[in-house]
Amino acid sequence: MTVNDVQSGLAAQGYVADDRLAMALHLAQALGRPLLLEGPAGVGKTEVAKAMAAWRGARLIRLQCYEGLDASHAIYEWNYQRQLLAIRASEVQGGTSEAQLFTDDYLLKRPLLEAISEDKTPVLLIDEIDRADEEFEAYLLEILSDFQITIPELGTIKARSRPIVILTANGTRDLSDALRRRCLYSFLEYPSRETELAILKARMPEVEGLLARQIVGVVQALRQEELEKTPGIAEMLDWAAALSGLGVNDLSKSRDEVQATLVCLLKTAPDYGVAPPEVIDRLIGKVA
Amino acid sequence: MQVTRFPSRASGLSDRMSGFIAHLRMNGMRVGPAETGDALAALAAVEATDVRQAQQALCVLLAADADDWRRFDDLFEAYWFNTGKQRSGTAQTSHVRVQSAKPMIWQQESPNTQESEFGTDQAAAPDTGDGEAVGKDGKLIATRTANLSRRDLRELMDEDALRQAEQAAASIARAIRDRRSRRRKQALRGTALDMRRIQRASLARGGEPMDLYRRVRPPRPMRIVVLCDVSGSMTVYSRVFLAFLKGLIGSGTEADAYLFHTRLMRVTDALRDHDTLRAAGRLSLIAEGFGGGTDISGSLERFLNGYGARALNGRTIVLILSDGYCSASPEALGNVLARVRRKARRIVWLNPLKGWKHYQPIAAAMEAAEPYLDAHLPANTLEALAALEPEFRKL
Repeated sequence: MTVNDVQSGLAAQGYVADDRLAMALHLAQALGRPLLLEGPAGVGKTEVAKAMAAWRGARLIRLQCYEGLDASHAIYEWNYQRQLLAIRASEVQGGTSEAQLFTDDYLLKRPLLEAISEDKTPVLLIDEIDRADEEFEAYLLEILSDFQITIPELGTIKARSRPIVILTANGTRDLSDALRRRCLYSFLEYPSRETELAILKARMPEVEGLLARQIVGVVQALRQEELEKTPGIAEMLDWAAALSGLGVNDLSKSRDEVQATLVCLLKTAPDYGVAPPEVIDRLIGKVA
Repeated sequence: MQVTRFPSRASGLSDRMSGFIAHLRMNGMRVGPAETGDALAALAAVEATDVRQAQQALCVLLAADADDWRRFDDLFEAYWFNTGKQRSGTAQTSHVRVQSAKPMIWQQESPNTQESEFGTDQAAAPDTGDGEAVGKDGKLIATRTANLSRRDLRELMDEDALRQAEQAAASIARAIRDRRSRRRKQALRGTALDMRRIQRASLARGGEPMDLYRRVRPPRPMRIVVLCDVSGSMTVYSRVFLAFLKGLIGSGTEADAYLFHTRLMRVTDALRDHDTLRAAGRLSLIAEGFGGGTDISGSLERFLNGYGARALNGRTIVLILSDGYCSASPEALGNVLARVRRKARRIVWLNPLKGWKHYQPIAAAMEAAEPYLDAHLPANTLEALAALEPEFRKL
């Protein structure tokens, strides 16, 4: 497999990956290393994993991190209710020994364990790793370097197939050097005008040329303004969907619809102050 | 950027690759021998004869964060094509050093030679002849140590004073660090039992409390963000202020330090040097290299847009060390401070000029800034710095 294969494979899933990202994904597969993606919100970090899974026909296993995430939610947990039921049942009938209580049947697999016990290589997405605590990050190191999990009652479970691991981070806190060293790294920026047009074309072929150029132009110009929440690609696609849903063909001729659909792009009250109707009109005038 | 000459005696690919890794390390990236092997393995997985592919593969593999990511291309070209980015024309030439000519270990001894970790800062600096400026001696003024505590900071440049400044900073950091939350939060280890969760979990085990959950009062330390003015008018204070900054950084508090004049740069990592005098010396040398005017509002603006999202939160104290002489309009300063105000808990301005007896906020900028400040305190003597502690306790 080459880098171009990755690029065209993702393109078939409607994901436009630039050269570096394609290279990162290629190496992640070739070297079996996890890939850490960073970048502003809404540049398609999570989408990469989805497109990757769809392309490889692999299962996507997602672990959403949050503060206080612990091993029992991320790795495994014993199904106590079922164990208790089995004990009660055995009291009546006899027969269940203690050893039988700690078997696969009573194990609840959480995403990480699930990912390494798949037969076919899955895509493991660890989303927003920087939201999890540092202890969890340290625990993750063992899994990401050896792809094995130790369960005291069962022993060590080795991965049957190496999952393709993609981690995303948003800069909520600094990640440890140890984690960064184990991962390949890629920083996603907001796309250039041409790339963004290609993304819009791939995702929504029904949006016509003129409208697509206008939408991308306005969004690109909005990113230059000082907004609190810079609109990402997801917002751009939402906006395009809203506009085409309303039957708009030309932004400069349908002022009201544009104003009404700005809710897709601007997400905070101060941002409406920064980009009042006149500014939007001016931006549309510029790109038209 | 430190430029490495391509070692002509290097023979095979692995030799050159380890040279490249050393070149990256010299420029402040955290890579080691393990990465050399990884890099060779990565090249085996791509078309290594295609320069672009090789470059991208190495970038993906070796960069660890966004900063590395952005400067990797320059570093790559500098090594493999024997060219530093000749962005500033002449300034770069003085940096060229054959790799083996002077081992890094010697540079530690002589603070006057430029240090590798600041290499990028110099390369990115505007070409105001930074190459020469860095090499200059710091303005170390030898002074009598007796009876100094009332003097203006500008006369205090010796090691003792720096240590005192650092101690003052440490005590300030202590004063604002220990803030415990009143709420209790679930935790793995804690003093109090979380009865509610224990009961709830015991249901799953037939009413027997097998798992003990605990709660703890989480510490909610105040973060400190320090922005220190190092423009021409502040040069005389810069050494002491840098020692002060270093004290804050090294105090175990979450602290973040930035220097600004017309540009802004983050120096938190650089300040984590164990030797106070050397760290202060290095940084003030860099600062002198810049000199010139001040653009407080512009620097704050850049801080907000770049680092602000990460650095500021509701538990942050923003500390600005500046004399308030600003080249931009006062309104701009007011506006940007209002924005900082919205994101941070407190803003404190330490002004060396305020300690002067007849100080009026002559600088129009300070007048515009005052409404947004929680405190505007003098910082012209060491005593003043030490006396700040109770003020911070109040915040």
